[in-house]
Amino acid sequence: VPALVETVEEHGETTLVVDPARVVEAAMHLRDVEGFNFLSDITAADYLGWGKHGVSGYIGTAAGRDLNTPMTQGYQSLPKPKPKRFAVNYHLLSVSERPRRVRLQVWLDDGEPVPTVVPVWPTADWHEREAFDLMGITFSGHPNLKRILLDDDWEGHPLRKDYPIGGEPVRFSEAE
Amino acid sequence: VAVTSDRQRAPIYEGTRIPQPIPTMLRVSQELRETGDVMTVNFGPNHPSTHGVLRLIVDLFGEDVVGLEAVVGYLHTGFEKNMEQKTWWKAITYSPRIDYLSFQNNELVFVLAAEKLLAMEVPEKAQWMRTCLCELNRIHSHLVWLATAALELGAISMFWYCFRERETVLDLFELVAGFRMHTRYFQVGGLAEDIPRGFFPEAHKFVDWFPHALDDYEAMLSRNRIWLERTEGIGLLSADDAIALGQSGPVLRASGVDWDLRKVEPYLAYGTVDFDVPVYPQGDVYARFRVHMDEMLQSNRIVAQCLDRLEAMEGQPWTSDDRKVVLPPREELHTSMESLIHHFKIVTEGYRVPEGEVYVAVESPRGELACYVASDGGPRPWRVKFRAPSFAALEATATCMSDALIADMIAIVGSLDTVMGEVDR
Repeated sequence: VPALVETVEEHGETTLVVDPARVVEAAMHLRDVEGFNFLSDITAADYLGWGKHGVSGYIGTAAGRDLNTPMTQGYQSLPKPKPKRFAVNYHLLSVSERPRRVRLQVWLDDGEPVPTVVPVWPTADWHEREAFDLMGITFSGHPNLKRILLDDDWEGHPLRKDYPIGGEPVRFSEAE
Repeated sequence: VAVTSDRQRAPIYEGTRIPQPIPTMLRVSQELRETGDVMTVNFGPNHPSTHGVLRLIVDLFGEDVVGLEAVVGYLHTGFEKNMEQKTWWKAITYSPRIDYLSFQNNELVFVLAAEKLLAMEVPEKAQWMRTCLCELNRIHSHLVWLATAALELGAISMFWYCFRERETVLDLFELVAGFRMHTRYFQVGGLAEDIPRGFFPEAHKFVDWFPHALDDYEAMLSRNRIWLERTEGIGLLSADDAIALGQSGPVLRASGVDWDLRKVEPYLAYGTVDFDVPVYPQGDVYARFRVHMDEMLQSNRIVAQCLDRLEAMEGQPWTSDDRKVVLPPREELHTSMESLIHHFKIVTEGYRVPEGEVYVAVESPRGELACYVASDGGPRPWRVKFRAPSFAALEATATCMSDALIADMIAIVGSLDTVMGEVDR
């Protein structure tokens, strides 16, 4: 596979980490030479704050007690660090006599674009729009990159780890 | 693989007509626009024939559809974000609500993903019961599809007949899990409860009756002149286009691709049971109807085989014995301190799932349903993503709709068998 950075074998699955700038080249190779004609899914993941909760035996985090994780006393061991903040996973499937799956993975910083794979697999259209909408990944060259699930005027990308969760602030009448 | 036909069917469509450059959108040509006769119609989002809240922006030239854009997102509820905030065992509750017609399959795919990360062994009885319920769920989902798709084309009596059998299936789910929908009966390690005693006689009654019910449906629709006129030769999708557009399940099989994850990547007990995969090559709405009809019969066969196996497994364990993950039996809480501690830890803190990322796919009634989960080794999933077959199916709307009439739109969108809850998640 061109532009290959690393091959990971874990939990019985193969992950091919490639250079984001050359993802189309790798995708073309996988489709035409390796026979992965079916793009099952594109998943973007945000790894902000990965492994920041401390390890077991120490209650809370370096910043103090973590109120968002009740009863959590940290990990058994710290997870392996990730190269960059965002991962975009292309889950490929070969619809053929020899069915098999592979995960194509690229790593991105915030705001770093990745070329679109719509010319390789047309189904990528909506999957990339979803990753843009919910995770704020920019796919350069996408013919119609706009929000798909949320309103066009929505602010922020909800699946990012720094997107605030919780309800609307409630103002109590007596406090005012 | 049953491809039988005594009538001359519409010819197989082979070419490609995925619109360019945006594959999911039909755009009106400039010259047509300049005639001034193109009318833009907003269809939905609240319309009885959109299977939920789908909005289609349609450009019409007379009765011809010349432009189309599907707008989704009206049911977006942030399931994936919510599941990141919950412990693993609480997150199972969310997954059935994503596709509210094939809840057991959605539950299954998340549970399988967690089990893959945990490298857990699931007892045989749980595997067979899961298979049994997933197939009943497929029948349920296909029945709702058949009922509503036919209703939209005016075949109103189909609706009553299909919902008669759907009711029976839901009664079975209620018997097993206490809930008619969103059962949350599967849990990491096996099942949430043992199979209740009354299940087998009731399930046998259904399995024996259901082929007769199918005969009723066939009698009403398969030779129905109006139904054939409305469904044959429209909404064409070639095999190549279907694969390029990520179609799966009945849509893909109706385009002549012999592809079923239950056969090619057997999970649960599917490697052991005997069933056929119906494939029809025409790629039209009628072929999709045929695939759904034949699949219901095959699912019924699988359920019958599962029941036979399960009855012989009386008294066997229905869940794993891994006390770090599975709740201890209720009665032990009164006698064993250790069980009480395990129960407390699992309920309050949740169990930890080893670090890693997995992608698990199953054949849901709508096709390739997959779940990607990433774990950091903590008690909550780091990232959960569902690959919704309906989401991909709607991408094919523009391709299926080229050269279609406005009246065919209902039949075509209906035949793609989408559930908007799953599209928008």
